[in-house]
Amino acid sequence: MDIAASILVAVMMAATPLLLAALGELITEKAGVLNLGIEGMMLVGAVCAFAVAYKTGNAYFGVVAGALAGVTLAAFFALLVLVLLTNQVATGLALTLFGIGLSALIGKGLVGQPIPRLPLLSIPGISDLPVVGPLLFGHDLLVYLSLALTFLAHRIITRTRLGLTLRAVGESPHVAHGLGLSVRRVQLSAILIGGALSGLGGAYLSLAYTPMWAENMTSGRGWIALALVVFGTWRPLRMLAGAYLFGAMTLAQLHLQGLGVPIPSQFLSMLPYLATILVLVLMSRDAVRIKLNAPAALGKSFHPDR
Amino acid sequence: MTSRTLKAFLLGAVAALSLSAGAALAQDKTKVAFVYVGPIGDHGWSYRHDEGRLAIEKAFPGKVETTYVESVPEGADAERVIQQLAAKGNNLIFTTSFGYMEPTLKVAARNPKVFFEHATGFKRAANVATYAARFHEGRTVIGLIAGKMTKTGVVGYIASIPIPEVVSGINAFTLALKSVRPDAQVKVIYVNSWYDPGKEAAAAKALLDQGADILTQHTDSPAPIQVAEERGVYAFGQASDMSKFGPKAHLTSIIDNWDAYYIARTKAVMDKTWKSGDVWEGFDTGMVALAPYNAVLPKDVVELAETARKDIIAGKRHSFTGPIVDKDGKERVAAGKTATNPEILSMDWYVQGVSGDLPKK
Amino acid sequence: MPPKAGVILAKRGFRLRLEARTETPRWLIYATPLLALALTVLSGAGLFALLGVDPLRALYGFFIEPISDLYGWTELGVKAIPLALIALGLSLGFRANVWNIGAEGQLTIGAICAGGVALALWNSGGWWSLPLMALAGLCGGIAYAAIPALLRTQFNANEILTSLMLTYVAQLFLSYLVTGPLRDPDGFNFPQSRPFDADALMPPVLEGFRLHWGLLAVAVAAVAAQAVLTRSLLGYRLTVTGLAPAAARFAGFSAPGIIWTCLLIGGGCAGLAGMLEVAGPIGQLMPTVSPGYGFTAIIVAFLGRLNPLGICVAALVLALSYIGSEAAQVTLKLSASVGTVFQGLLLFFVLACDLLLLYRIRRE
Repeated sequence: MDIAASILVAVMMAATPLLLAALGELITEKAGVLNLGIEGMMLVGAVCAFAVAYKTGNAYFGVVAGALAGVTLAAFFALLVLVLLTNQVATGLALTLFGIGLSALIGKGLVGQPIPRLPLLSIPGISDLPVVGPLLFGHDLLVYLSLALTFLAHRIITRTRLGLTLRAVGESPHVAHGLGLSVRRVQLSAILIGGALSGLGGAYLSLAYTPMWAENMTSGRGWIALALVVFGTWRPLRMLAGAYLFGAMTLAQLHLQGLGVPIPSQFLSMLPYLATILVLVLMSRDAVRIKLNAPAALGKSFHPDR
Repeated sequence: MTSRTLKAFLLGAVAALSLSAGAALAQDKTKVAFVYVGPIGDHGWSYRHDEGRLAIEKAFPGKVETTYVESVPEGADAERVIQQLAAKGNNLIFTTSFGYMEPTLKVAARNPKVFFEHATGFKRAANVATYAARFHEGRTVIGLIAGKMTKTGVVGYIASIPIPEVVSGINAFTLALKSVRPDAQVKVIYVNSWYDPGKEAAAAKALLDQGADILTQHTDSPAPIQVAEERGVYAFGQASDMSKFGPKAHLTSIIDNWDAYYIARTKAVMDKTWKSGDVWEGFDTGMVALAPYNAVLPKDVVELAETARKDIIAGKRHSFTGPIVDKDGKERVAAGKTATNPEILSMDWYVQGVSGDLPKK
Repeated sequence: MPPKAGVILAKRGFRLRLEARTETPRWLIYATPLLALALTVLSGAGLFALLGVDPLRALYGFFIEPISDLYGWTELGVKAIPLALIALGLSLGFRANVWNIGAEGQLTIGAICAGGVALALWNSGGWWSLPLMALAGLCGGIAYAAIPALLRTQFNANEILTSLMLTYVAQLFLSYLVTGPLRDPDGFNFPQSRPFDADALMPPVLEGFRLHWGLLAVAVAAVAAQAVLTRSLLGYRLTVTGLAPAAARFAGFSAPGIIWTCLLIGGGCAGLAGMLEVAGPIGQLMPTVSPGYGFTAIIVAFLGRLNPLGICVAALVLALSYIGSEAAQVTLKLSASVGTVFQGLLLFFVLACDLLLLYRIRRE
């Protein structure tokens, strides 16, 4: 049983950076903005979080720095796509390039330095319980935060006026504008929140998952986060399931290799990708419900004159 | 920008450049260049080669000028980068990844006066030498240590990509492990990447959850060491001394040390004695080294490891001494013989005791 | 009250406002790239000065020195060919909101199929080897893009996810092939195929240079794309589907038809690009056959405003930025990360200057 718990904890840890970044992208996309700069924001978040934690010796300052770094990069993106009305897809991809380079520049002196891990918030007595202890009560701040924010986002999007505003802007900015909503302000907020969460996703990697800095340490997780938003059909809870599914499948293929399954490792490594496609196909048959969730104005620049 | 200001700008740029180019020509330095497959910030393979570059600068102050190009993908881009380095007057160019083999040869044919050194390849020319390290020697020693230190008899091995260098490492490790712990088994997980800290950490956890109590790795990040430290088990590092990432867990690391070779080859160019050739060095020259042993290792274990290391240097011990039978029961090295270099270089089979399967021809 | 439309700068009564243009003056189309260049030069000079490098020398090393000789120009072409070809294929889909972001995977499968043909015909090929490889690459890309098309039209599975995930699958499959069945029999089991024979290599445009006749494929693709967009019903359908999906449905355009067409064209171009890479500058199958061309081509497509000629220019700009980044490492000893940051800045400015084409800035 302890092994099962240990595997599940590993799954949660693998899923957390994906979940944080994907949640940020989901909120951004709900407002009709497509930001493909997730990978860049994660990397800058990771390096800034690490740098601050390393210099101050306090991992929590690192968490804040990671989020702020993500926000800064996102603000830059917002300036381009909201004010200068640049193409969102190209700007996002350029932001990824920019972030890869910038994070490497910032991180020059930090390679090969260890830091203490982001502390586990264990509760004496309860955290030591078999199975339930490590699974529910043995995590760090960011794991709990990722889950709490997912449920919060779900509640806000589906149940509140704020969520309705967000969806209205993403669905039809012109109608929202006509209704007197400030399209640009909503989109700006969504982009900045997206940046903060991507930054946190990066911070989780460099502070908790593998407490270190190395260039390009996100290894394409920003792209997986993008896919998870689609997988979740723009719904936070489904996306949560998707992130955990992807984490579980990653762990599963590693376990299958360890068990000596006589299949070349490359084929086993395909498992998370193929499983995600398969589950998406099974879930997507209900066409109408998916259309209702995908923001109709996704990726299109908004200007009142057009 | 109007066309006039553009022209003025261009002229200014040309003038600035020719000035600085003139300054560079005044000194007669040996120019050495490096091509890396990863960023030097990877703290692994490319990082170690860059340490070698810095060692050259230190060894010949004022006499050498070094250049590097990092993150050069294996493929179409490599040839252009190598060609540019040759065209810019570099005398000696190290291309430090296997996938640069064909591009290095092509550029070398066009630039007969430039010397090239290609790491881990097997094709040479009059101005192309090859060099590689006998990493499996290091694997033999850590296999012995693992055999002494494991309690469960299950050892986890985090591997990158199923290529001969990795496979021969796994086999050398397993043979040594089983020589001191005959019932031991090695669980191998490929992360199919040289560098992905997250995946390496996940693989480390999977191996530990499957009962391994020692980890070893043939990937570049210290993530597995960190996992071992957290779980309170032992681990071996790779490429550089990783003890900082797990002071309790880290038993030792197999270190790549290119410094001496790079300095020697640069000196050969300076002395005009450079010749093509093939070098495959290990413990003997220090190209493969071990990080300081962890103090938790009992005296007899350190002694066993050190004896093995010295025996390898003296030629008394070989990583692949027969009889060696592969997983399917086929004899690969006969009793009393040792595997030849080409056999080690092209190894594509597992010895008994290794989990999993390799891609077949 | 909503704030006034499109306020971008408000400072003590001085307000600037964006107003949509009904028509773009011709001179602006040429002026904006120059403005972008000027801004890039300025910010680049700032960046380099900050890093302690002579800005003029740095800019020269980045943009001019790499293409100061014939070799540089031919290499620019080598780098731009796959970018342009893939972007041309993708641009049709992007017009119709079909999001194929898995061109990298389709390129990989195209390279595998073409490489498979080359290896099967090893030492027994002829003039027909290359056309056969091109066909194989094309078909491989098309077949691989057919998977997201099928999943989208039959099962409603979003192509962003499926095409992206299939990219990783394709790369792992290539890794399997070169570490297993397709590895060079005389290559000590190292992870690469044997080098292709002369029949399976693209002839160079100029003897002694790597620029190959894939150039022709780009030209044909660009002309074809232009013809489709301006002269065919298909082009019209794509544009309408992208701009007004409801109107397209009302007009009876088949949505599945559009999706299939876009994905297959995008996949075919990417597959052909894969063939051109392995038969051109690489000359064998390796674990990596592309440094991310399939992803970079997405930038190229939008930088070129989804317009065939624009895409060709954008491919050259992107190619120059990559080559310049390499050259900056060689001649200026700047690290790769500086080049990447600079590349990002360049793209930001080019994209931002587009604003002037679509809007006019007014004082009020």
